[in-house]
Amino acid sequence: MNNNFFEVLRSGINTTFQDKGRFGMQHLGVAPSGCMDHKLFLIANALVSNDEKEGVLEFAYQGPLLKLTKGKTKFAITGNVLFQIINSKNETINGECNRSYDLDEGDQIDILATRQSAYGYLSVEGGFDVEPFCNSVSTLVRANIGPNEGKKINIKNKIPLKTNRKEKNNYTAKVSLEKKNVIRVLKGPQFDYFSESSKKEFFSKEYKITNLTDRMGMRLEGKVLKNIVNTNIRSEGITKGAIQVPADGQPIVLLTDHPTIGGYPKIANVISADYDLLIQKIPGTKISFKSVELKKAEKAFKLYCEDIKKTLDTKSVL
Amino acid sequence: MLKKLSNIGDCGIVCDFGDEVSQKINTEVIKLFHYVRRQTSDRNLEGILNCTPSYNKLIINFDLKKINATKILDFLKSINFSELNLSQNKKEWTIPICYDFEMDLGNMSKVLKIDKDEIINIHSKTVFFIYMIGFVPGHPFMGDLDSKLFLNRLKTPRVKIAAGSVGIVEKFCNIYPYESPGGWNIIGKTPTKLFNKNDNNKPCLLSPGDTVRFKSISKKEFENLDNEQ
Repeated sequence: MNNNFFEVLRSGINTTFQDKGRFGMQHLGVAPSGCMDHKLFLIANALVSNDEKEGVLEFAYQGPLLKLTKGKTKFAITGNVLFQIINSKNETINGECNRSYDLDEGDQIDILATRQSAYGYLSVEGGFDVEPFCNSVSTLVRANIGPNEGKKINIKNKIPLKTNRKEKNNYTAKVSLEKKNVIRVLKGPQFDYFSESSKKEFFSKEYKITNLTDRMGMRLEGKVLKNIVNTNIRSEGITKGAIQVPADGQPIVLLTDHPTIGGYPKIANVISADYDLLIQKIPGTKISFKSVELKKAEKAFKLYCEDIKKTLDTKSVL
Repeated sequence: MLKKLSNIGDCGIVCDFGDEVSQKINTEVIKLFHYVRRQTSDRNLEGILNCTPSYNKLIINFDLKKINATKILDFLKSINFSELNLSQNKKEWTIPICYDFEMDLGNMSKVLKIDKDEIINIHSKTVFFIYMIGFVPGHPFMGDLDSKLFLNRLKTPRVKIAAGSVGIVEKFCNIYPYESPGGWNIIGKTPTKLFNKNDNNKPCLLSPGDTVRFKSISKKEFENLDNEQ
């Protein structure tokens, strides 16, 4: 047991503890939650030589300002993130993503902003010392489940660390970030609820990501999708990436903190391989959807996993 | 009976049991739910992340790294549905309710033209079946109420309903696990906590397929039970 901890000097907009997610509880009303960007989460842990299941801090847009009040650690930030390290002599170093750094007592990490992306990740060597609930440290703010009483990180919170710095080396990895705005989807269970022209337009028109976007869902704005069967269905279990269309005809992509059940028709479902790409898009971005078949989606996921493995293989000593 | 199997996205399977909302259909859903969960815990089926029953469907979500839609469909097609059973997994609960906390009995009595006491009598004699749990943690959707008590939602939902409030709409009865907004007709309140975030082993009291009977308690008993927790 050590008493190493960060003090939160600024919380950031939406900073939460997350890991792979909490599974096997959706039938009890508990959504999986977990890191929005699975790839960046895995890389964050790898750079500080953690187990891939270790919890990290996820931040969105503006991140936190953290002071290592006690102890020594090693940390890494993944994503496309503007941040600085301010040491105890008040010297400022501009931070580089996708590498690890030593952090000494009194040093601060100032995570200023995510650039042309929504989410970034902070990992520390050994992990954060927070209490898991049902085998996960993921925070589900909507239900107040997870560490920090299920809430976002707040100013003056203390964030304890599991270990002191042990590892000598620092590491870097070459991370490629995809930019394309075409999101591949599989047709949804109620695809045929929509008019012929809407079915065509869904795949040919652009949809703008609106400000009403968070960890739970992404509201889109574009050509109204006309439902010709029924705008409500019996409530049924929700799958991550489902694109539901309520009566107003504007699609909503259900994301990691989705409700467990819902009763709107689903026109399509984002393929697993393109999920990280989608959730990193910021409001105002125009995206379009491309229909693929199941086999193609499975192949794309294989490539996605291979890309993560290749990225992890580029890890090298600095 | 299982009417249709299809995929939802590349990591989900929909088991569709038809359009009807009845205990008979839902029982079939829950039987399959228990079976899939048992096969998962016995390690006969790898990579299942979530299994979510609703009135007439079971959605199975899986880890595409470990299994795929074809393998799950093959598994589902190999099941002999007539051999699945519910009884060994089903629990029967008695949940205390204090009807003194009602908010809508007066209005219900007027609309339904049934005495308040008779409404309470019918409600407390009903053995409720849990169709599904969801929306928020621990929140049960139960049925079936006697058709004599069928009511619509409130025209204007309330901004705040206390945790533990018991409400009815149409043939359904629910318990609000948390303080929240709501449009159901509130007939009482239970001191029983449906979801405990400090219990890592069994945080949720109820499970889909369980049955619930309400037992009327006094305000004094309510307070005693409430203080014990």
